[in-house]
Amino acid sequence: MLEQQLVNALSLGCVYALFALGFTLIFGVLGVVNLSHGAVFMVGAYAARAVVARFDFPLWAALLFVLLFCGLLGLVIDFLVLRPLRARNAPHLIPMIATIGVAIILNNGVQGLFGAENLRFPSGLVSEETLSLGGLHLTALDLGIILLSFALMAVLLLALKKTQLGRALRAIAESPKAAYLLGINVEGLFLLTSFAAAALGGLAGVLIGLYSNALFPLMGQPMLHKGIAVIILGGMGDIRGALLGGLFLGFAEVLSVAYIGSSMRDAVAFGLLFLILLVRPKGLFGSQQERKV
Amino acid sequence: MRTNAFKTSLFALAIAGLYSTGASAADIKLGVAEALSGGAAQYGVAIRNGFQLAADEINAAGGVQGNKLVLVVEDEQGKKEEAINVFKKLIFQDNVLMVFGPTLSNSAQAADPIAQGAKTVVFGTSNTADGITSIGDYVFRNSVTEADVLPETIKMAVKKAGIKKVAVLYGSDDVFTKSGYDNFKKALEDLKIPVTTTETFAKGDVDFKAQLTKIKAGNPDAIVLSALLAEGAPIMVQARQLGLNVPVIGGNGMNSVKVFDLAKEKADGLYVGSPWSSSNATPENTKFVKAYNDKFKAVPDQFAAQAYDAMHILTEALKRVKLTGNLTADRAALHAALPSVKWTGATGAFQFRRATDKAGKPAGYDAQQTPIVSVTKGGQFVIEK
Repeated sequence: MLEQQLVNALSLGCVYALFALGFTLIFGVLGVVNLSHGAVFMVGAYAARAVVARFDFPLWAALLFVLLFCGLLGLVIDFLVLRPLRARNAPHLIPMIATIGVAIILNNGVQGLFGAENLRFPSGLVSEETLSLGGLHLTALDLGIILLSFALMAVLLLALKKTQLGRALRAIAESPKAAYLLGINVEGLFLLTSFAAAALGGLAGVLIGLYSNALFPLMGQPMLHKGIAVIILGGMGDIRGALLGGLFLGFAEVLSVAYIGSSMRDAVAFGLLFLILLVRPKGLFGSQQERKV
Repeated sequence: MRTNAFKTSLFALAIAGLYSTGASAADIKLGVAEALSGGAAQYGVAIRNGFQLAADEINAAGGVQGNKLVLVVEDEQGKKEEAINVFKKLIFQDNVLMVFGPTLSNSAQAADPIAQGAKTVVFGTSNTADGITSIGDYVFRNSVTEADVLPETIKMAVKKAGIKKVAVLYGSDDVFTKSGYDNFKKALEDLKIPVTTTETFAKGDVDFKAQLTKIKAGNPDAIVLSALLAEGAPIMVQARQLGLNVPVIGGNGMNSVKVFDLAKEKADGLYVGSPWSSSNATPENTKFVKAYNDKFKAVPDQFAAQAYDAMHILTEALKRVKLTGNLTADRAALHAALPSVKWTGATGAFQFRRATDKAGKPAGYDAQQTPIVSVTKGGQFVIEK
């Protein structure tokens, strides 16, 4: 039983990590707690379902479509909401509140278009068969989510450390003003980050929608709460932190169900989170100079 | 001011006079207070359709003792405050003989005392919460409660699948699923079925494998599940993925054909109990399903069926009442005639059962009806007998 629970924890942790990657990216670069990330996540799931159900897209094409569609949605949100606030030097809380409004608009829009009842992806889109490895049960989708979260984290980390673009992003994270004076195209990179973060959010929506088999307009809400916990735990804006924080939350939840009781699930998970933050107030990877990304 | 009030009351008297002569001649006015807009509208609209269908049939067959049934339909929006307003309007202004509704138990708790106070029969067709009929002796319902349905569902599953011990899984942060759990717990205790483990989940969870793995370790013969479809369907899928292939005994929240859309072939082996089933092939039900389809171009649900039957139950009572045109006397006469009605309709054989209030004194009337237990097989509900 323990082995199966560890596998369960790994796949749940990667689900959280996948969601948290885009969330932490936008915080790291733009310094905005983007509370519409859960809604973008939900839009991603609905968009993929729409093209799969209406136009018979295969899964890979639907994923590409969602990357583009949600990326563009991220651009629109940045252009219409975040950029005007940046231009007016709005205090930190204002963009956060504004993104709550964006989330409400997206939630109601999707509810108006698709209704409030639950939907699911057509069956057979991914194999729902279970792989049994020595008594352990794991679906192909579990495996895909685990591999993808590690791969995406590796790609993001490498891009940030080794490329010119990554260096520019890290410079912005340090200080947008200084980066601007150095001749970095700050606004352009802000837009790029919004695009990438929203695309990642949409991708997470598709995979988690496939995983849970239930799409509904408010599906991003509980995920958003977990996502906030994950990036606080990991160190706000840190890519490695998103993965480690996600895994931590996954293991804490699953093991507390296994050994303490499922009604204590959140109490134990968030109690542990509180204890860790007492010892490391900046999170697992947050450094003293508040260096982000 | 004084003259004004005097004039208004004169005017009201005149109107009332006109009304009572008009009404006693040919019309029996029945109030219908249902949620026709807002979140509960999907139920309220089906309920109104059920009433309309039954009333049209009865009127086409000559009405009740030559009198036509006239429905006064009001939208209570699924809100307590609005239900109170609508009840006041129907009872004191429209002078209806009795009121059907409201849609939700919450609204019934708030509005039924008004009907009780005015000594007017209120007849709920969709209120399943405990305590509604303890409000008073003018409160009736034909909606079968989960407390009555769940023990029958468990008994049938035990009989068919040879269940000795069960694991319980329920949503702990939702009033409906929590109350379903309480009823399941009581039924399991009464039937002396041991529980291997009791696990919970929260609204919006996507992963239930931790709980299911723990349940599997206890090796139960079935899972008792009190969940809404949003979590219930993924739970069924994930249980099967973990190789947990035992039957699932579900509450009312799982009783929907949507479970086949959401869980596909992994929905097999789900036992649910319900007062009504579309595949129940009695003559009364077949006639109802066809008539509903013809009139509304849609498939009826449990709520439409219960409303349809309620209108017929009321009509049976009206047949035994001599209407005088005196509203107070007519309301009292209907109240005296209704409890003894027996009727076999779309939901099967029905009669009322006296409920008690909190002090144990006789109060309103609940439904006495055997629920239909179905099990899912190959994408449909199959009735178990």
